[in-house]
Amino acid sequence: MTDLNQLELDLINAIGAAESVAGLEDIRVAALGKSGSISGLLKGLGAMSPDERREQGPLINGLRDRVGAAITARKAELEAAELDARLLAERIDLTLPSRPRRKGGVHPTMQAMDEIIAIFAEMGFAVAEGPDIEDDFHNFTALNFPPKHPARELHDTFFLKADPETGERKVLRTHTSPVQVRTMMSEKPPIRIIAPGRTFRKDSDATHTPMFHQVEGLVIDRAIHMGHLKWTLETFVARYFELQGVHARFRPHHFPFTEPSAEMDIRCDRSGGSLKLNEGDDWMEILGCGMVHPNVLRNCGLDPDEWQGFAFGMGVDRLAMLKYGITDLRPMFEADSRWLSHYGFSPFATPNPASGLS
Amino acid sequence: MKFTLSWLKEHLETDASLGAVADAMTMAGLEVEDVLDSAAALAPFSVARIVSAERHPNADRLQVCQVETVDGVKEIVCGAPNARAGLVTIYAPIGAYVPGLDMTLVEKPVRGVVSNGMLCSAAELEQADDSDGILDLPEHWAVGTPAAEVFAAEPVIDFEVTPNRPDWLGVSGIARDLAATGIGRFIDRTPEPVKGAFPCPVSIRLEAPELCPVFAGRVIRGVKNGPSPQWLQDRLKAIGLRPINALVDVTNLISYDRARPLHVYDVAKLSGDVIVARHGQAAKDSGEPEHLIALDGKTYAASHGMCVIADAGGERPIGLGGVMGGESTGCDEATTDVFIESAWFDPLVTAQTGRTLTISSDAQYRFARGVDPAFVVPGLELATALILDMCGGEASDITVAGEAPAGPAAFDFDPEQVCRLSGLAIGREGVVEVLCRLGFTVEGHGVTVRVTPPSWRRDVEGPADLVEEVARIVGYDQLPTTPLPEVARAASGVLDPRQKRVRVARRALAAMGYAEALTWSFTRRDKAALFGGGDERLVLENPIASDLDCMRPAVLPNLIEAAARNAARGHPDAALFEIGPIYLGDGPNDQRTVIAGLIAPHGPRHWSGAGEDALLALKGDLLAVLEELGAPVASMQLVQGQNPEWWHPGRSARLQLGPKAVIAHFGALHPRVLKALDADGPMLGFEIVLDSMPEPRAAKTAGKSRGPADLPALMPLTRDFAFVVDEAVAAGDLIRAVAGADKALIQDVRVFDVYRGQGVGEGRKSVAIEVVIQPRETTLTDKDIDALSAKVVAAAGKAGATLRS
Repeated sequence: MTDLNQLELDLINAIGAAESVAGLEDIRVAALGKSGSISGLLKGLGAMSPDERREQGPLINGLRDRVGAAITARKAELEAAELDARLLAERIDLTLPSRPRRKGGVHPTMQAMDEIIAIFAEMGFAVAEGPDIEDDFHNFTALNFPPKHPARELHDTFFLKADPETGERKVLRTHTSPVQVRTMMSEKPPIRIIAPGRTFRKDSDATHTPMFHQVEGLVIDRAIHMGHLKWTLETFVARYFELQGVHARFRPHHFPFTEPSAEMDIRCDRSGGSLKLNEGDDWMEILGCGMVHPNVLRNCGLDPDEWQGFAFGMGVDRLAMLKYGITDLRPMFEADSRWLSHYGFSPFATPNPASGLS
Repeated sequence: MKFTLSWLKEHLETDASLGAVADAMTMAGLEVEDVLDSAAALAPFSVARIVSAERHPNADRLQVCQVETVDGVKEIVCGAPNARAGLVTIYAPIGAYVPGLDMTLVEKPVRGVVSNGMLCSAAELEQADDSDGILDLPEHWAVGTPAAEVFAAEPVIDFEVTPNRPDWLGVSGIARDLAATGIGRFIDRTPEPVKGAFPCPVSIRLEAPELCPVFAGRVIRGVKNGPSPQWLQDRLKAIGLRPINALVDVTNLISYDRARPLHVYDVAKLSGDVIVARHGQAAKDSGEPEHLIALDGKTYAASHGMCVIADAGGERPIGLGGVMGGESTGCDEATTDVFIESAWFDPLVTAQTGRTLTISSDAQYRFARGVDPAFVVPGLELATALILDMCGGEASDITVAGEAPAGPAAFDFDPEQVCRLSGLAIGREGVVEVLCRLGFTVEGHGVTVRVTPPSWRRDVEGPADLVEEVARIVGYDQLPTTPLPEVARAASGVLDPRQKRVRVARRALAAMGYAEALTWSFTRRDKAALFGGGDERLVLENPIASDLDCMRPAVLPNLIEAAARNAARGHPDAALFEIGPIYLGDGPNDQRTVIAGLIAPHGPRHWSGAGEDALLALKGDLLAVLEELGAPVASMQLVQGQNPEWWHPGRSARLQLGPKAVIAHFGALHPRVLKALDADGPMLGFEIVLDSMPEPRAAKTAGKSRGPADLPALMPLTRDFAFVVDEAVAAGDLIRAVAGADKALIQDVRVFDVYRGQGVGEGRKSVAIEVVIQPRETTLTDKDIDALSAKVVAAAGKAGATLRS
């Protein structure tokens, strides 16, 4: 009679000592295979007396189940260990650098432009555009610059070569005001637009470039007065600079196309090399504005006794510089990749009222 | 325009401080640019007297002086040759900042002798440009007198005169506006007429009243010209003018005091006794324009349209009217008889003359902006009185030729307009009062009043101008703050579809790793020509620089040059984009908006290999942007080999909806073009012309609904095919052919391998494609799939492909 206890002990030890799935399989075949030791015992049950069988049956079956379970458990262990070993061998050096991605960005002037458009969109202003190459009428005459008037000189205008047939000399627009003219001539009031775009003046030094960006605004209605102008611009400036309010002053000035005319200053402190708004004793000019001159309204086919309104204009590049601490204007147009990378904005910084401007 | 506080106070009775005056000016529209308080700079300095001066023990050129100063007797080392006992001069104590030297005095030995201060020259105190020694002052100055008193130093205000206000070019005009703001009382100094003792011996003939409509003059004989009195010299020097002699200084004084330019002629130097104002003229025989040597010593050619003052019967030019007098008849110390001119020259003519001859003067500046036509004779009277007072002599009668142009016209004005335009609630009385304070005449008591602007306010033409007058005098700080009325907003945002696309493209390209650049709208004409531009109509007459003389026909040349500049700085790996205008002509509809991108494919090497081909990666970026913009990407054709000549002929293509609807070009730039732009290749780029892209379909159809999603219940399956084609067959054509084999079932066709070499044959290539099949109604049987495969092979065969065996 085989000593079942000894057999079980031997098998369990052998299973525990198996080093590989293949070795374990050999043990399984030797125990549970067709001619395995346990299979042999099971076969022997048939030759036993019923009483003997009743006693030995459960013992041998129990032995078979326990050894089978031990093999299954050991197999899982061995497989897990083998997988671990294989995976370890598949190691990749993750300190290696990934393929570098180019980082792009939005130009600060265009970021500022998007911010300005977002603020005015909230106030119900549409965006109007027009050509950069203009005729004398839209750039000057309609805007109450009489021909030969010295005020035209102040604009340092770029001229295209005169047309050999008509003698007409086109200009590069010196402001985006021609867009106001085109809008007033083509649309019926009430009008509420801003006109962003490129503008050109023949001037080049630390604070002037021959091309720059402007946003002008125009509101035409029946009862719009300077109080509305003041509210609109104070609201705009506070929102643009992300301030709760703005300490502004309006000063009389002269522009041919507005009457009364004003310039808007913001209180500031320039000490210590940085610009702090709403503090200090200095004033910084930020934009020009005024009530649209009756001659301009007339030139655009509007009756100044019925329609009136205000206009304003500001330099976008300069506003971007003031807000984002850019000290020199000229690199704005040099496309130096280092500069663009420093001052550029994330594409996901889209100005909106929920997450802010930038 | 500069003036001093004491000068202002001759016309304005006020106790206001310097700061208050400056603030009031700014708030009335006279924008103060600078307040120069030179008295403050002179504060440490005072009068001293040298008691004794001994040779310095260690230096021949130095003297050791005992000096009586405000701080007691000091031993001071001095190197000036004119230092001597008894000299009255200016003393600077230790610690004083010496402006002319830009240094602060410290106590230190000079060659072994400690100097307890410094004796100053005029240059060191910035009272003169250079000096040969220390100041030698009149003996009457008591030791300790502040230097500011000696130099009559006082604050100077500098402000911007807007071109509409020539009356602010005189101190009296400034005072009038300041008085209106309430800061003081205007002192009316209307000149008293001086009775003539004899008929004016010089007569005036106006031959061109359109240039000079009125000309008044008189002679003063028996004057004694010489340096003007100290107060006048001080006044002129304080605002940066150089005193010349009493006669000339009087004209300069009145120019700045009353904005009334005058000119003085030495009668002895005049040829004949008639002064003529006429057009400039050319010599009848040679056609040479006439020339004039002006008081600045330069020669100017006067032509028709300019006002020339002439003597000798109108033959000899002796001045450019309203601009500058001639050297030949100027007044000097020997002048005994003087003719004073007070005329009125047309503003546009004077401005044009200044521009044409690039000549400017205080007179030209004033006449070009418009001088008070009613002050022609009073200005002459004022000059007469001053000259008689300073130089003696006897005045003739006044002679006046022509007539002063009419003053500004009266118009009707409803005072309610002030509130309507400015929002300032000021009653009629308040409005009328402000206007009267500014010199306007207001008549009537009805709803509207009749307003006549004063003669010096030729800029005032209508009611809006009066609103500005009232508002600026009352003060813009009184304006209300009134929210804009709410208006209905555009339901889908304020941007139009094109503007929205620009916005999307900007942020999409930035997200793909391109940095946004903004470059000039101009380029050099020959560079423009490289890109199909350079048309004569787009050349600037007055470029800022010769290499920026033409409007750009494309954005790429600017980006290429930018990339080249970056490479020259050691950053060759550029990825730039710009969204901006190009100019196809000079008309209002000839401008296009272009989205341009440029890659200089010089990225850093990577351990895992080169990665995707840079040009195909750029194509991927381009298609991704177009997709974001809602371009009909699926129906676009890619046409290779027909790009303009600035593209690489073998490595560029265009995307189009049809031959006349080209949406974009992309590819490698032609090496010839890169070389011409001084750029190292290769460079890759794309240019999308936004205006030629059809509007996104969503923008056209009503509603935002996307309809139901296509979510088939059956799994897609794939089949691979390898086709052999001639090298010349484009993969894109094969793909299109295969995709067209069964448009219902074939969902996608992908190229997964391109093979050339053994087994394929010379001049041929094998293109392996994966066809994605999406069953719709029922599962496909093997038979169905075989039938579909046969259709694919047949379709490929029509494109010249055979199944690889």
